[in-house]
Amino acid sequence: MQSEVMFAGFGGQGILLIGDIFAHAAMEEGREVAWIPSYGPEMRGGTAYCLVVTSDRPIGSPIIRNPMHLVAMNRPSLEKFAPMVKTNGVVVVNSSLIPIRADRSDVDELLVPANDIAKDLGTTKVANIVALGAFVARSKIVGFDILRQCVKAMFAAKEKLIPINLEALEQGKKVAEEA
Amino acid sequence: MGKVLMKGNEAIGEAAIKAGCFNYFAYPITPQSEVAEYLSRRMPEVGGVFLQGESEVAVGYMLFGAAGCGARVFTTSSSPGISLMSEALSYISSAQLPAVFVNIVRGGPGLGGILPSQADYFQATKGGGHGDYRLLVLAPDGVQEAVEMVMMAFPLAEKYRNPVMILGDGLIGQMMEPVEFPDHLISEPSNKDDWATSGMDTRNRKDRNLVKSLFLNAELLEEHNRFLKAKYDRMKQEEIRYESYNTDGDYKVLIVSYGIISRVCRTAIDMFKTEGLEVGMIRPQTLFPFPENAIKEAVSKSGCKAAISIELSMGQMVEDVERSVQGVCPVHWYGKAGGDVPTPEEIMGVVKPLSK
Repeated sequence: MQSEVMFAGFGGQGILLIGDIFAHAAMEEGREVAWIPSYGPEMRGGTAYCLVVTSDRPIGSPIIRNPMHLVAMNRPSLEKFAPMVKTNGVVVVNSSLIPIRADRSDVDELLVPANDIAKDLGTTKVANIVALGAFVARSKIVGFDILRQCVKAMFAAKEKLIPINLEALEQGKKVAEEA
Repeated sequence: MGKVLMKGNEAIGEAAIKAGCFNYFAYPITPQSEVAEYLSRRMPEVGGVFLQGESEVAVGYMLFGAAGCGARVFTTSSSPGISLMSEALSYISSAQLPAVFVNIVRGGPGLGGILPSQADYFQATKGGGHGDYRLLVLAPDGVQEAVEMVMMAFPLAEKYRNPVMILGDGLIGQMMEPVEFPDHLISEPSNKDDWATSGMDTRNRKDRNLVKSLFLNAELLEEHNRFLKAKYDRMKQEEIRYESYNTDGDYKVLIVSYGIISRVCRTAIDMFKTEGLEVGMIRPQTLFPFPENAIKEAVSKSGCKAAISIELSMGQMVEDVERSVQGVCPVHWYGKAGGDVPTPEEIMGVVKPLSK
């Protein structure tokens, strides 16, 4: 079973980072994985997205036009990618920054006020981790325990950031479970 | 060491260290600058040398000099940078020194773009620099194979005393995949005394090693070129590498494709299978020497109606495919050269009509 997740937002939101953590979690579960960033002549604050493909089999084409799932952290990302998501995919919408909706009746849309939750935790910088927690809790593509381990590993060099990121993950999970 | 998740560019840098290469000279260029970024940190940790040259021209000659001294050395660049290094490649080939060049290809010509491309196929396999020289060219299809090929490249360069080029592309450089590295270091080459100008006191041989490419005497230059040709012919005998996919049974069309786009073709072949259409593929892993015989055999199978070269260029490898097929069946081409990598569905749309 192959699944593809598009993480999208603007530069500085930690989009590539949550893709990286998610890819690590899939690898730790023994799955095949490919993490493909958008790269181009981008500027700070410009769009940023990455695609993570996970599969039980060796991954053929890493080029995917229609991802299974989407985590949209800003409005242009939702506008651009929501129409491409496959039927029954999970679409996480960062409702703190996005006033619109995916406008699709065939996807599982999950509204997560990621920036507001992060702000309550002390810094909007962890909004990406809130969204990641919500996405994984909803899609269940990787186990939540492994995800926690991967968040810890990612911040191993900045240990004092681990507790707030783990809390952000839990808050995201809570939103997904209560929605 | 277990699997680690790494960007192709970083994995290439680590693979070189694992291969026992502690000399890396480079000049940054997208989409391969992460190799330099990674090795600027890693080389000092392992007691190696990271040096950013003032230009790619200088870097090419730094490799020439280091290789001449008997040091294991490599560089990475992308298309326009490799053009600037091509003069040095010609000199290094003539002087018969081992060195590894990695080209993370971007779109061209000129400055082109920074997205994935395979438009440097001709440059890598047919020349780039001047004179009758050849590079042994390896083409990985993902991060793990890039690692394996980097580790294979150094012993091959030393075996033939010839530059080896790894032809990747922007996507292989930028994407992250799980990779495994072997633990051991590759030992020093046994034939180093044959070329290294390392001083007479440390060597076993009595005669001097000369690094040169100038032969003003016609007979001597003829002899030199014949010697080089014999070496390239030996590569054709001993170093051809390729992978076959879905060629055990019968198939209607044979795809020839390498690097990242071959993975898209593999997915297209799997999708065809579910529709009941069989398509085979030969994926050259060495672009020079080219798997001519394997391709000829594959298209000679009864039922194979056509061959198609699918590449991220405007039709370069297709010339080698035509040469290999030798008129056994029609040879087609499909490609893109703007940086956009076709989807499996696009490939299917092109291949399907050829099966009828």
